[in-house]
Amino acid sequence: MDLLTPEFGLFFWTLIAFIAVFAILGKYAWEPILNSLGEREKGIADSISIAEKVQKEMKQLQADNENLMAQAREERTIMLKEAKEMKDRIVNEAKEQAKVEANKIVIEAQQQIQQQKMAALTEVKNEIGTLAIEVAEKILRKQLSSTDGQDAYIEMMANNIRMN
Amino acid sequence: MNYRRFLPFLILAFSLSISNFLFAQTNGNSTSTAGENLNATKIENKEEGKEEKKGINITELVFGHVSDSHSWHLFTIVKNDTKKEIPVAIPLPIIVYQPDKGFFFFLSNHFEEWQNVGGDSSFSNSYESNGTKFHLEKKMKEKVVAEDGKPVMDLSITKNTLSMLIGITLLLWVMLTAAKKYKIGTVAAPKGFQNFVEVVVVFIRDEVAKPNLGKKYLKFTPFLLTIFFFIWINNLLGLLPGGANFTGNIAVTACLALITFVVMMANSSKYFWSHLLNPPNVPFLVKCLLVLIEVMSLIIKPVALMIRLFANMLAGHIVILSVICMIFIFGMLNVFAGWGFVPVSLAFSIFMFMLELLVAAIQAFIFANLTAVFLGQAIEESHEHAADNHGSHTAIESNAHAIENKSK
Repeated sequence: MDLLTPEFGLFFWTLIAFIAVFAILGKYAWEPILNSLGEREKGIADSISIAEKVQKEMKQLQADNENLMAQAREERTIMLKEAKEMKDRIVNEAKEQAKVEANKIVIEAQQQIQQQKMAALTEVKNEIGTLAIEVAEKILRKQLSSTDGQDAYIEMMANNIRMN
Repeated sequence: MNYRRFLPFLILAFSLSISNFLFAQTNGNSTSTAGENLNATKIENKEEGKEEKKGINITELVFGHVSDSHSWHLFTIVKNDTKKEIPVAIPLPIIVYQPDKGFFFFLSNHFEEWQNVGGDSSFSNSYESNGTKFHLEKKMKEKVVAEDGKPVMDLSITKNTLSMLIGITLLLWVMLTAAKKYKIGTVAAPKGFQNFVEVVVVFIRDEVAKPNLGKKYLKFTPFLLTIFFFIWINNLLGLLPGGANFTGNIAVTACLALITFVVMMANSSKYFWSHLLNPPNVPFLVKCLLVLIEVMSLIIKPVALMIRLFANMLAGHIVILSVICMIFIFGMLNVFAGWGFVPVSLAFSIFMFMLELLVAAIQAFIFANLTAVFLGQAIEESHEHAADNHGSHTAIESNAHAIENKSK
């Protein structure tokens, strides 16, 4: 049939036209379009992967922060506990020391009181002794100021000697 | 968003599987209806034509529309008083070459076909230059013949050639305009018309090139894109009223198939040839048969491409024309029947036109996809060798699956 036999002219022009279109579009249309499509896709993919990475990093950071917070909190409690312990210890120590000091002071005071008591007693004894001697001297002088008294005294003395 | 973007292609991919089936039916119908029409007219012509010369030769009308021509015929004026038919047409340049006399350039109105009295289909008017006379032989197809009987090489810018030139001008304009917006290093979203171009380009790249061509798909994507857009835009131009049946011409599809074949051969791998000429693990006798079949398949592949596009587009044109011609066939029976059939015919031709719009895209896609499948087989380096018969189906199916997956 006529319809099934290709005409050379149309074949020829189609061939030339197609090759020309392919060459022109290939260079000036498909290449830039495909290149920038690829680039755009790569860009989008990169952006997504970067975003994912950043998200991961953010999560990591957040976890780190939380860890740090927890650690800090723990440290704070420990420190508080230690401080309390220290305070207690210091107070206790001070108390002990004060007690010891007080005891020491009390003992010293007692010792001093004793000493002073003794000294006072000694002084009183000495005073009394001196007073007694003075009294005795005065009495003796009075008694022995008269001849009668002297005689009586000699007699008494002599009596004592005789008695012995 | 993905779903919306791929919805048209989902529909396209679905209709692919349906359309082949559907089209096989319409093909069958078209030939039968066209055949009936032709028979009907022939009978009517025999009965009425001789008496009144009123009837239309449907065969000539339909095939005159679908075949190539040396002038772009627009319409015909019939003078009431003389019953003279005066065709209104755009003359086109004729370029003929004769080996001994060189090139001849002249316009087709020298054939003065439009001053001819209608009816005689095999008339010719001649053009004379340098002592060589040419005339136009009009049978089913127009042919420039030298009167001295020597062979003529006809390189005329025919209706189809001009239509193609308009088509590629449009294509170049559209694509180069769209391509200007792509500057290297920008990640901006596409705007306006760029969107449309980009969707199709991405579709061809991801759904046609990538699944069929493997790693080297980017090397062949420009070729597939050119094939797809070239066929598509010419398919669409052919649908315009008064348009040429460019892609429904066997010379065109043969040319495209030849280009595909050459690209296939130029890029075929050693693995492909070794498997083709020496299939492993096959007994000797079977091997002989297999090699024969494989070598035949090498030729059959481009021939199938050629015939598929040619037949689909031609059939589409013939169906629409036949449906419209039915108005006049009924009109010849009875004026009221003719007017009565107008809405039916219009409705059916609008339906066919819509279908043809779809088919224009589908056939371009199928051509590109099968090209990719054949190319994929030829450049294959791995160990899997898909059977030729199932190649296209599996490719289309895998495309459909890919689209479905993406839309999800």
